[in-house]
Amino acid sequence: MSDQDTNAISRRDLFAKIGILLNGLAVVILATPVIGYLMSPILAGDRSQYKRWIALGEIDEFPEGQTRLARFKNPITGVADGETDQIPCWVRRMQGEQFQVFAVNCAHLGCPVRWFAQSGLFMCPCHGGVYYQDGSRASGPPPRGLFEYHYKVEGGKLLIEAGQLPTLSTTAALRARKNGCQG
Amino acid sequence: MSRLKSIGNWFEQRLQIGGAIREAMTHPVPRKSASWWYVFGSAALTLFILQVFSGIMLALTYVPSAAEAWNSLQFLNHGVTLGWFLRAVHGWGSNFMVAVVLIHLCQVFLFGAYKFPRELTWVVGVFLLLMTLGMAFTGQVLRFDQDAYWGLGIGASITSRIPFIGGYAVHMLLGGPIIAGATLSRFFALHVFVIPGLLIALVSVHLLLVLKLGINEWPMPGRLVRRATYLKEYEELTHKDGVPFVPTAIWKDMFFSAAIIVSVMACAWFFGPFGPSGYPDPTIVQTIPKPDFFFLWLYAMLALLPPSMETPALLIGPVIVIGFLILLPFLSGEGEKSWKRRPIAVVTLLLVAVALGTFTQLATYSPWSPVMNAWSGDPVPVEYLNGRSPLERQGALVFQVKQCRNCHSIGGSGGKRGPALDKVATNLTRDQFVRQVIQGGGNMPAYGKNLNPAEVTALVSFLETLRPSNQPAARDASQAAITSEEPPVAPPNAR
Repeated sequence: MSDQDTNAISRRDLFAKIGILLNGLAVVILATPVIGYLMSPILAGDRSQYKRWIALGEIDEFPEGQTRLARFKNPITGVADGETDQIPCWVRRMQGEQFQVFAVNCAHLGCPVRWFAQSGLFMCPCHGGVYYQDGSRASGPPPRGLFEYHYKVEGGKLLIEAGQLPTLSTTAALRARKNGCQG
Repeated sequence: MSRLKSIGNWFEQRLQIGGAIREAMTHPVPRKSASWWYVFGSAALTLFILQVFSGIMLALTYVPSAAEAWNSLQFLNHGVTLGWFLRAVHGWGSNFMVAVVLIHLCQVFLFGAYKFPRELTWVVGVFLLLMTLGMAFTGQVLRFDQDAYWGLGIGASITSRIPFIGGYAVHMLLGGPIIAGATLSRFFALHVFVIPGLLIALVSVHLLLVLKLGINEWPMPGRLVRRATYLKEYEELTHKDGVPFVPTAIWKDMFFSAAIIVSVMACAWFFGPFGPSGYPDPTIVQTIPKPDFFFLWLYAMLALLPPSMETPALLIGPVIVIGFLILLPFLSGEGEKSWKRRPIAVVTLLLVAVALGTFTQLATYSPWSPVMNAWSGDPVPVEYLNGRSPLERQGALVFQVKQCRNCHSIGGSGGKRGPALDKVATNLTRDQFVRQVIQGGGNMPAYGKNLNPAEVTALVSFLETLRPSNQPAARDASQAAITSEEPPVAPPNAR
């Protein structure tokens, strides 16, 4: 071997390095669609695809001055959701076309709150959160009032904008937050 | 016999692992380490193998679909021969595994086993603990019932408190906008492929490290660990006063593992499988979700933490605890191993144990939750109505109908959210009752809008009767001053 060979990269070393590079490239190319696939729940949600206007029924089904449990089929469903795509909500009709539609999920940690008409309170069975009939926090650990859906009345029907599990950062009324009003 | 040996030789000629196995089996351990205190690691491994085995059995019948999972669990319980028993073994095995892993952690902590050179063994062990808890939580989700459904809701609500990316994290956790089929599928993938795969890999590393570095010697007060000399001292200890792992030490591991397996099976046989509870239909809001045993402490903490501290505690707490566990061997990698000379370690462990135990105990009867059916289910005790006026009895009716009973017990039954009211009239006067009922306060909702004046009068009349006959009713001191004939006594410093 001559002196200059010690500095030069050998043919098989070069191929080994190119081999590593090729495999690295293949991994990157493979990872891109995999990451896209894994991120699909976020990407779909980001394009506001999760929220639709859904009819809860005729407004006459909800007597004035009462709060009733209603249910709707979630607009986004999978192939094997069973009953889990049936989402409940509490509908309070104050008078005429004035409504409040609450998510059943407690603002504390998401357990289903129950309506007690006699005392006019929503009570949560998990950690003792209690709300007044207008959804505002009455006592217990919840950091805010009940989550409220946007609603509108069209052709005698009550519609709400819904589609995702309401939590502190995925509120029932997602767009309302951006407008600065309490969702 | 010779044929058996020749078959063995045939394999050995090709595999060439006999020497390594023999070496691993007969490696010397310090005589005092061949102790009953050193059996929990091997018991955890035995339980893990049992879980893998029984889990595969369940997978033969279980359907990981939100539409079918609950039905397939019912079918396992009732339709498959001994399906209930396999479910019970897997469920009890899970509880035993979490318990044994926790005991193992406490033992190696108290025996200073995390110190040099076993830092990495400890760190890997911390991750094994986290994965064991991860298996327990994801397993609870696969038992797709109401508890699992609402447990996922709680998980999502906690996740949503992460600043900035909370919403994205919730959608990633659920695999979509709501708790549904996609959610169960990803928890199935975690529980059956991802976490067990990681567990197998890390258990291998954990075991390899135990073999390479040797089992921790029995800690002697005053025998300090020093990086410069420890390896040599351990070498001397194992060679002067060592015994081979097989057979001198291993029989205790085997006895204990067998006892654990038998205990799991006995629990499974006598107590049966866990659930499933109600059908996972979110529109059934008449449910009281509760986590499994090993998460009860968290359930209690979430009810008892002040609301302002909740998000920091949920997000920063785990980072501090896990960070402390990982950093522990680097913070105190040398020095005293014996628990007899590490009082702070012992007190810390006791404090944590007492706290977790107390939270768990509280969570078994959750005094912070209203009892949802107390108002309609628990009658007013007869002695609270005997000889009472019609108005007072009407008040008792208001007390029940307005769900006061859900939070306040009388006669020993009802909610524990608010104080028991059996002696309340010895503390509050009529005026104070009226104020408390109408305005609420002290974590009690205001009932002003939901009680008319007549109802308030009746309710307060009833509340005024709630005192033992031998104790006087509360009285307003200022009232006496106003109504009395005598002139009020001047304050001492008045001119």
